[in-house]
Amino acid sequence: MSHSSHAAVKPKLYKPLVALCVLIVALVGALAYGTLTTHKNRFTPDLALDLEGGTQIILTPVATDGRDVTADDVSQAIEIIRQRVDASGVAEAEINSQGGSNIVVGLPGNPSKETLNLVRTSAVLRMRPVLAIMQSQKLDAAAIAQAMKTAGKKLVAGTDKAMTPEDIKKNIAALADINGDGKISDAPEKKPADPSDTAWITEKTTQDMYLLECGSQAAQLAATGDDPKKALVACDATGTTKYILGPAEVEGGQITQATSGPALNAQGTPSGGYAVNMEFNSEGSKAFADSTARISQLQSPRNQFSIVLDGKVLSAPVPSGRISGGAQITGSFTAPEAAALANQLSFGSLPLNFQVQSEEQISATLGTDQLQSGLIAGLIGLLIIVAYMVWQYHALGVVSVISILLSTGLSYFVISLLSWAMGYRLSMAGVLGMIVSIGVTADSFIVYFERIRDEIRDGRTVPGAIQHGWLRARRTIIVSDAVNLLASIVLYILTVGSVRGFAFTLGITTVLDLIVVMMFTYPLMHYLGRTKFFGEGKPYSGLNTAKLEGPALYQGRGRVRSFEPKKKARAGVTGLEDRALSADEYPDERFVSDHSTAKKTSRLERRDGESLAQLRARERRQQRQAAKGEN
Amino acid sequence: MSMYSWGNNLYSGKTSYPLIQKRMYWFSAAIALVLVSLISFATITPNLGIEFRGGSQFTVSGTAVTDLKPATDVVTKIGKDSAPRVTNVGSDTIRVQTGQLSDQETQKVRAELASAYKVSETEVTSTFIGPSWGADIMSKAIRAMIVFMVIVSLIMTIYFRSWAIAVGAMGALLHDFIVTLGVYWIGGFEITPATVIGLLTIMGYSLYDTVVVFDKVRENTVELRGQNDMTYEESANLAINQTLIRSLNTSITGLLPVMSVLFVGVYLLGADTLRDLALVMFVGMILSTLSSIFLAAPFAVALGMRNDAVKEHTAAVLKMRSESRDKAANLASTDENSGNIESSHVRSKSGAKKRKKK
Repeated sequence: MSHSSHAAVKPKLYKPLVALCVLIVALVGALAYGTLTTHKNRFTPDLALDLEGGTQIILTPVATDGRDVTADDVSQAIEIIRQRVDASGVAEAEINSQGGSNIVVGLPGNPSKETLNLVRTSAVLRMRPVLAIMQSQKLDAAAIAQAMKTAGKKLVAGTDKAMTPEDIKKNIAALADINGDGKISDAPEKKPADPSDTAWITEKTTQDMYLLECGSQAAQLAATGDDPKKALVACDATGTTKYILGPAEVEGGQITQATSGPALNAQGTPSGGYAVNMEFNSEGSKAFADSTARISQLQSPRNQFSIVLDGKVLSAPVPSGRISGGAQITGSFTAPEAAALANQLSFGSLPLNFQVQSEEQISATLGTDQLQSGLIAGLIGLLIIVAYMVWQYHALGVVSVISILLSTGLSYFVISLLSWAMGYRLSMAGVLGMIVSIGVTADSFIVYFERIRDEIRDGRTVPGAIQHGWLRARRTIIVSDAVNLLASIVLYILTVGSVRGFAFTLGITTVLDLIVVMMFTYPLMHYLGRTKFFGEGKPYSGLNTAKLEGPALYQGRGRVRSFEPKKKARAGVTGLEDRALSADEYPDERFVSDHSTAKKTSRLERRDGESLAQLRARERRQQRQAAKGEN
Repeated sequence: MSMYSWGNNLYSGKTSYPLIQKRMYWFSAAIALVLVSLISFATITPNLGIEFRGGSQFTVSGTAVTDLKPATDVVTKIGKDSAPRVTNVGSDTIRVQTGQLSDQETQKVRAELASAYKVSETEVTSTFIGPSWGADIMSKAIRAMIVFMVIVSLIMTIYFRSWAIAVGAMGALLHDFIVTLGVYWIGGFEITPATVIGLLTIMGYSLYDTVVVFDKVRENTVELRGQNDMTYEESANLAINQTLIRSLNTSITGLLPVMSVLFVGVYLLGADTLRDLALVMFVGMILSTLSSIFLAAPFAVALGMRNDAVKEHTAAVLKMRSESRDKAANLASTDENSGNIESSHVRSKSGAKKRKKK
């Protein structure tokens, strides 16, 4: 090594390089591990719906009672939607809160209209009196024949041994046609006296009751859009019992609180088992008291009231008498069951409506096209930047290109990792964020390279300029990256929709830019500075010392710049050799400072036209020859 | 002039553009642009995307039929919207925007568009957007912007230990925002959520540039009082000139990917998001580079010049300069060969080591 003096002050720069290698190996290793254990390629990130195709619905929960929607409400609303979507059998649905007040539901593929309705409608919790109960069983010929016999009717199609699905429908229609007029009416025969009146059971209700298949998607859908003023057919949560329920008496919004805990007896001591406690507002309290007073007088099964959420009977307790104020439901609950019911009651009591902000059906082809054009744009952008950097910075440009590729590659892997670990999905906006960040990454190299050139112009040797330039550039790079990162974080937290995907990738690439510059580019530059090509500022190294002239001492119009480089830098830098040449290294009278007598000539006015950099180059040549001679 | 010698001249001050000295011109131009933009906000109806108007949008992709009439027919047949907006996006994509349609109507339009353009129904993308969606995004964007500006102002004030710089940066940022929007209003470009993303990205970019320029200004002026060669204004101006190449290069490298996105978005494929975002960033990035050189720095320097210590220093430098000029004039009249420059020409010897020879 020709610059032996460097060894003494050289920072241990192989360490960050090693650390970076470890990081890369860990990243790739984690992805390989993920690929092996989950049997899915984890080296590519999952795509968001706009790239993969599917339906995306953005909903805003709105409180029906005009109060502000809290983050808690939003997360409960998400829970409701998740339960519904899961129940409808859509796999890989993505339900997230965004920006604190919106809910984004992503459904891959081409979801049915019914599923979409499920997502869009708000949860409804109501309490209805029970009118009739029927065991849920498969409707076969025998069961239909038995039911017809009980009702005193004759089969209209098929036999009691065999019926086609069409026959079953016909028989059920006949069974439900109470007045025998051949039409299924949806109006009560006579005006019902109270909500517990069986007159609410219409022909239509009866037909629905028979046709309802508990556990099917149709059951869920049929019940979701229930009308509080009419009777409703619903299954219980386990799907074993079907109910016909009277009109709603208490609405979910009238429940103020629902909790669960150990059941207490009248003396306030635990009686074993668990209970769910409900509190009502004044309106609800009155309605519940009236309802329970009436129901408790009736015969089974009409002595029960049901709690229905989203068309599913959560619980059908038997009130002991008129209950006013709070109510306690006891039964054979386990602690988690009681807690779940209390939770569902609280969900249902949310007076929320969902306002559809946007609903997008994206074809898979369009998504692929978008991704493709994004990648083409990214590739073109990268190529032009490579060309530009190489044109502007020659060999240094190559260093920056390697660094850019490294940070882009790392971002890609990190995004793949986050996709696996956190369920992050790459959207079009995310791809754009990555493309745009190529430019941001190039920025930090330009800051550094220009800084190195400035240091050379200030009279430093190349290795010295690489060190000192770094100390200066590092600060600028950190601050400007911090500004970028801050912008991404603020954007991510405070915005919705596609803005977030963009902010997310921009943030990741900014952090990785910082890591690559610190742990790769600078150490690499340090070692390159010790090579002949860069260290001596050969042409095309990007640090052509012969062309990087020092500053003019005379600046015209009587202004003179003090040729005293970086007093502060020198004071602040320890452990680094200052490679600036001191005046006495130049036994040239033009550079020897003398306040009064020596003739001061600016470099611009120097007769031999030799610049400081050229002078230094000449000096280095002489030095090398001298060294050769000694050896 | 090669980049090297231009860089050298800018660095040495041989080539120096009076950026700060002529600040009143830049400020006037910026104020004029902002005024024009503000007037356009008041007088011109912006071309708001469907996200702001609300409605339904259909995109037929991969069609060989590029005629727009079938699409218009399909929508008018529904009877909801007599004047749907039908546009060609890229070479094989048709975009249809209508008023708000019900679910059934959406299904119907989708099916009919598919048959009219001879593609399968899965190639027709439909979007329904509530009328408040865009407004929602906008209000969130504005909130994000305000929070960001407050935090960044604080950081900059702490980092540069000067509120003047934060004020300059924020002023330039607002200018960039308003003028970029003005370009959209006047140019009649469609404003979509992607435009909003781009606008928000510009804020990070604009400040990035400003921070780098200021960093150099600070470096040049930090030891202002230790020398009497240059006034605060002159050394700040030199700093901006010294970072000119860097500003130029970072702007170009920032713009290159944006331009490639714009090119791909507009010419090669019909990718809406790409085009919208690239266009706004293109306009905004150019403006933010210009504003960090011509507005932010001069404005902050102008504020900094109001500082009493700086004023004193400037007066002292100017006094010394006129004295030395007088002296030089005297010398010149007595001895034509003598030097005409008086300066402290000292190179520090501390910290510099003798070069070791092997």
